[in-house]
Amino acid sequence: MKVLLLLAALGNGAVFGADAPVLIQNATILTVTNGTVKGSILLENGKIAAIGERVAAPAGSTIVDGSGKYVMPGIIDCHSHIMVDAINEGSVSVSSMVQMSDVLDPEDIAIYRALAGGVTTANILHGSANPIGGQTLVMKMRWGRNAEEMKLEGAMPGIKFALGENPKRRGNGPGNPGALRYPATRMGVEDVIREAFTEAKAYKAKWDDYKAKTARGEPALPPARDLKLEPLVEVLEGKRLVHAHCYRQDEILMLLRVADEFGFKIRTLQHALEAYKVAPEILAHGAGVSTFADWWAYKIEAEDAIPYNAAILTRKGVVVSLNSDDPELIRHLDKEAAKTLKYGGLSETEALSLITINPAKQLMIDKRVGSLEVGKDADVLLYDGHPLSNLSKVLKVWIDGHEYFDRDQDIEGRPKKEAEKKALEKKAAGARGGETE
Amino acid sequence: MTLKAPALMIMMALPVVAQTPGSYVLQNARVVRVSGPVIERGTVVIRDGLIDAVGENVAAPAGAWVIDCQGLTVYPGLIDALSRWGLPSESEGRGGPPARGPEDRPLNASWTKAADQIVPTDRVIQRVRDAGFTTAVVFPNGNIFSGQGSVIDLAGDRAGRMVVADSVGQYVTLRTSGGRGFPASLLGSIAYVRQIYLDADNYQAAKAIYEKHPQGLPRPAYDRALEGVLAAPLVLLPAEQEIEIARMLTLARDLKRKVVLYGGHEAGRGIDLLKQAQTPVLVSLKFPVKPRDADPAEEEPLRVLEFRDKAPSAAGALAQAGVKFAFYSDGVTNPKDLFRAVRKAVEAGLKADDATRAMTLAPAEIYGVADRLGSIEKGKIANLVVADGDLFAEKTKVKYTFVDGAKFEPLAEEPAQRPAARNSAR
Repeated sequence: MKVLLLLAALGNGAVFGADAPVLIQNATILTVTNGTVKGSILLENGKIAAIGERVAAPAGSTIVDGSGKYVMPGIIDCHSHIMVDAINEGSVSVSSMVQMSDVLDPEDIAIYRALAGGVTTANILHGSANPIGGQTLVMKMRWGRNAEEMKLEGAMPGIKFALGENPKRRGNGPGNPGALRYPATRMGVEDVIREAFTEAKAYKAKWDDYKAKTARGEPALPPARDLKLEPLVEVLEGKRLVHAHCYRQDEILMLLRVADEFGFKIRTLQHALEAYKVAPEILAHGAGVSTFADWWAYKIEAEDAIPYNAAILTRKGVVVSLNSDDPELIRHLDKEAAKTLKYGGLSETEALSLITINPAKQLMIDKRVGSLEVGKDADVLLYDGHPLSNLSKVLKVWIDGHEYFDRDQDIEGRPKKEAEKKALEKKAAGARGGETE
Repeated sequence: MTLKAPALMIMMALPVVAQTPGSYVLQNARVVRVSGPVIERGTVVIRDGLIDAVGENVAAPAGAWVIDCQGLTVYPGLIDALSRWGLPSESEGRGGPPARGPEDRPLNASWTKAADQIVPTDRVIQRVRDAGFTTAVVFPNGNIFSGQGSVIDLAGDRAGRMVVADSVGQYVTLRTSGGRGFPASLLGSIAYVRQIYLDADNYQAAKAIYEKHPQGLPRPAYDRALEGVLAAPLVLLPAEQEIEIARMLTLARDLKRKVVLYGGHEAGRGIDLLKQAQTPVLVSLKFPVKPRDADPAEEEPLRVLEFRDKAPSAAGALAQAGVKFAFYSDGVTNPKDLFRAVRKAVEAGLKADDATRAMTLAPAEIYGVADRLGSIEKGKIANLVVADGDLFAEKTKVKYTFVDGAKFEPLAEEPAQRPAARNSAR
């Protein structure tokens, strides 16, 4: 914990990348976007400064021997619910007024575990309890820093939508005495979304009218600011990305049509296990798909899934990513990607793209992260073998050129942590014994 | 029954005191003024419920009741900075149909005031007064917008006479509906608080514009929930852990209001943020401990152990950083437990003077009543406690407590057979 406090102190207003330059030498470097390089990669001032067969080490560099080892870009998870103290505001069918940024827990141990699995960036989503959920954001796994410092600077904010069984589960149909709210059917889900955007358009018109009146000098009452409708106006204006939880092809088509009608875009279809059936329509709308490698049949709407989903969509030209949606799965997204080599025959680079550059594109952060290119953020993983092998492990993780995970240090540090804990337990037990009551 | 007699006598004596306030002179006392240096041998004159004079050479006015305080120390009366003393166990305003959003104003009783709910006969009042508490800042509870707190003096037969200030802050919790509509999560509770203050600002602006142009404009709808939040000069937000401190400071910036945090157990870790924001903190004297019914087989994370371990050092860290803070009882009604917690805080690095200040002048300053409470100064309300040593020490006995100039002598320690006596009374 002392180490953590130190890191937190460093993070306070410190320029990211104030660390000494890091030069990884003699490694197999999987850039994802520019092939494989046998050689060195230099991390300096938080960015990737050079990649090549030979790179000179600037003065004061930390040299890492990469012989027999592999380097790849940090993994990006486009669907995660770690590091938050609450996931769903499911009491209402539209909860766009709530913000995941309000409930961040930068001390969630799941962050560190994700980091140990090579994840450097995650899209922190609201749950799927309602057709329109809360406001979402993109975080870097800068373990030890505070919530504010972990936000990926300048990333577009998002919003969660959800279709199908989850949002209608709390519905109010007859014979459902535990009913809490509308909707109870897929028809109702569509209606809620239409209703919400109709309201958002009226809200926007009200503000436009007010601004026009005050500009003319006429007295006018300002419309009340509505935190539920503001993010929906941002969606209409293209300032907020929609991440929509869905499964079946019919509901996917429904959502794309509603979005087209109201004039906004669906940025990603999340899960979308039947997306392979409607790839052309998805491509035409411009949506990406963020799915599972081979996880299905856990509910009726997930029955018609196939492990070829990612490969088929990729071949059809859709931008596809593999996500975790889970604090355990987030620790082995690399192995999830590897499954697409077997199911659908994707190339190694295509498989790695599913967890790096593709989710970066979906989140519109690909100018900064998602591949190893000079000038991009130094979010870099060092593996002891090929990342797509079941036998390989993450050895080190850098974010913005700062080392946030080191496997050896972790293992060495465990007895110390254990002792620290024992000491605190003993102290607490002693204090209790001393109480008079 | 003999036990009850002194208590009855005091209660019967109260109206008399209120009608003909006496004058008292406390002579030869060590006077801890809090607002200035300690007077090692001085006099405090009480008259008509106020402090009439304090100093080393003060003449006793004619007709006053002179009390020789040789070997005794006079402190300002203690203040509980966030309290339920003297209030009914549950405030009004709960219930109603499930809410569909912030517009239904769920869990909102912002317009209620603690001053309107005082129960002068609450037995806790005498118990804590005997230990040196003369004042409590009491708040309605049970809702997200629970209502407005009031500063009350802990003596009096009529609620109205006990009130020093009727509205000093809005007590906000981040509880949820418990499955009965919005908000069902922390996400919703925070969003709700944010929306309410936006609505309140809009409401105020709309009313002002309407007053100027009542013809040709729609009439803004009266909203008691917004009237309530607008009436309170401070917002109290919950923050025990460091991450909650960070969250609430962020929320406070959005609310654009004067905020006080309560809880504060991890203020030590959040000290940089607090120092930067200069937001006062109410520090709970109920330090976190392992629950009695905890599963012995369950392993506790290091983070939880550290949270408990560091809690007593929060006050010391705040004092050192120069962040204003005050202690509060947090549901504890036994003064011995409160003083034990204060001693723990002192052991963990809080200076004794700062501990005294955190229960006298600091809460008065935080709530804007330092011009009448919190220290021994001429003109302030005569709320004093006279003890035979350091107020928080285990062996110290309180000799007298003065509330609004009325003198109280603590009852003898309750003997062990008290449960039996209670049974016979039934």
